[in-house]
Amino acid sequence: MKVPPELKYTESHEWVRWESDGSATVGITDFAQESLGDLVFVDLPQVGRAVKAGEACAVIESVKAAADIYAPISGEVVAVNRAVVDKPESINADAFAAWLFRLRPLQPDANTRLLDASQYERDVAVHK
Amino acid sequence: MLKRTALYESHVAAGARMVDFGGWEMPLHYGSQIEEHHAVRRGAGIFDVSHMRAVDIEGVDAQAFLRHLATADIDRRGPDQAMYSCMLNERGGVLDDLIVYRRGSEVTRARAILNAATADRDLQWMQTLASSRDFRVECRPRPDLSILALQGPQAAAVLSRAQPALAARALPLASFHASHTDSGFVARTGYTGEDGFEIVVPHAQAPALWRSVLDAGAAACGLGARDTLRLEAGMALYGQDIDESVTPLESGLAWTVDLGDDRDFVGRAALERQRAGGSLRQLLGLKLLGKGVLRAHQAVHTPHGEGQITSGTFSPTLQVSIALARMPAPVKIDDTVTAQLRGGPAPVQVVKPRFVRHGKPLA
Repeated sequence: MKVPPELKYTESHEWVRWESDGSATVGITDFAQESLGDLVFVDLPQVGRAVKAGEACAVIESVKAAADIYAPISGEVVAVNRAVVDKPESINADAFAAWLFRLRPLQPDANTRLLDASQYERDVAVHK
Repeated sequence: MLKRTALYESHVAAGARMVDFGGWEMPLHYGSQIEEHHAVRRGAGIFDVSHMRAVDIEGVDAQAFLRHLATADIDRRGPDQAMYSCMLNERGGVLDDLIVYRRGSEVTRARAILNAATADRDLQWMQTLASSRDFRVECRPRPDLSILALQGPQAAAVLSRAQPALAARALPLASFHASHTDSGFVARTGYTGEDGFEIVVPHAQAPALWRSVLDAGAAACGLGARDTLRLEAGMALYGQDIDESVTPLESGLAWTVDLGDDRDFVGRAALERQRAGGSLRQLLGLKLLGKGVLRAHQAVHTPHGEGQITSGTFSPTLQVSIALARMPAPVKIDDTVTAQLRGGPAPVQVVKPRFVRHGKPLA
C-alpha cells in the first residue's frame, strides 16, 4: 500500500496536498482505489461550491460499489480534474497522480484534523 | 476457515485479490476485472470454478430420478448432451439451477454440476428425494474434482496449444455437449456467452492444466469478470435473479421447463396453477443511458407498478450500466421506466434480458 509521506490524509481515505499558493489538492488513496476495484464513474463538485469539512462532495463508482468523497477541510472548490471524469481508471492506475478537486481553505492552515502518513497507515491497519 | 481449491497457490502467486465466496477463498480478480472481462470477449480467459460441486448420479433408476427432480426432461436430450435445468420445491420455487450431463447413451449414469453456495442443500434434497420415492439411485458428491472454465473466441485455439490430447476430444463437441472419462469430463458449455469449455479433472491435474492454458495465451480471470460476463450474456445467478421465492416462469426460465408429456416432476402442479392464473411477472433487461450503476435490490417505477432489480453492474462491453429486473407483466421492451439509483431516480430503457452476443452489443 502506497502512502506518500509528504501528503496529509483523512480517515475516509482522502489525501491532501498543500500547494504553494495555500490551496489543497484532494484525491483518494491507493488503499481506497484498491478496495473499490475498477472505477467506472466519477462525479465531481461544481467549481465555486462551498464545502464544510466532512461533507460529502463527490461520488466515485466502481463496478462493485459507490463511495462518497468527503471534503477534508472547509473551503471553496476552485478547480476540478476533468480528466478523471473521462478516464476513471486513471485513479486505479495512480491514485496520487489522479487528483479530483482543489479547495481554497476557509481559514489558512486549517489542517488540524488531517492525519500524517504514519497516522494514516496505522489507522488503515487497525481497521482492516 | 475458508475452503481452498487446488489452485489456491496459483492464484496467490499470480497476485489475485482473494475474497470469501460461499465459504471458499476465491480470486475476485488478478489486477483488473474489466481487463479480464475484455480478455474473454476478445481472446480467451480461464476461470477456476472448483468451488462448484460435481455430482455423480448412478443407479438403475438414474433416468427416472432425474425426470422427477428436474424441470427439464433428460429423456429429450441426446447422448452426451448437457441439460440446463431448474430444480424446484413443491411450491414451484427454485432451489437451484444446474447443468446435468448425460453420459453417452447410458441411462444409469449421469453427472451434474451444482452451485457452490447451495451444493450441500441440493445434495441433501436430492438424496432425500431419491429415498422417499424409492429410486434406486445414488447421488455421490465429487469434492475430489477441480473445475476449470476456458472461455472466449480463442478458447479452442488456446486449448489446442495447451492440451492437444484433451483438445482432440473437446474441439469436435457441439455446443452443450460433453465428452466423459471415468476421472472427469470436458463440456462445450460456459457462463459467459462465448464459445468455451468447462473441464473437470482430479485435483492433482489442475495446476498443470491451469499453467498450460495460461502459457498458451489465456488470461487468468476471477469472479468479478465472471459476474459482468454472465450478466451481459443474460444468464441468471442463483441467489440474485432466482431463488426459492420465485418460479422459473417469472424468471425468464420457462424454457427450462418441459411440459410436453405428463411427467411428474417436483413443482409441476404449482407451475401449472401459476400459469393458469395469468399475469406473471417477468425478468427483463434494463439499460441505464446516463452515468451511474444499477444495483441489485434497487426499485424500478413503472406505470404498471413496481419492479425490482435482481442483478446490476457496469457492462465493460457496452460501457453503460445494465441490469436484470423482475417487472410487472404489462411492461414491454423499449418502454422507458425509472430506476431508483443511489443518487436519485434515473430513466432506464427496458430491453431484452441479453445484452451481448458473439462479443458484440445487441441493439
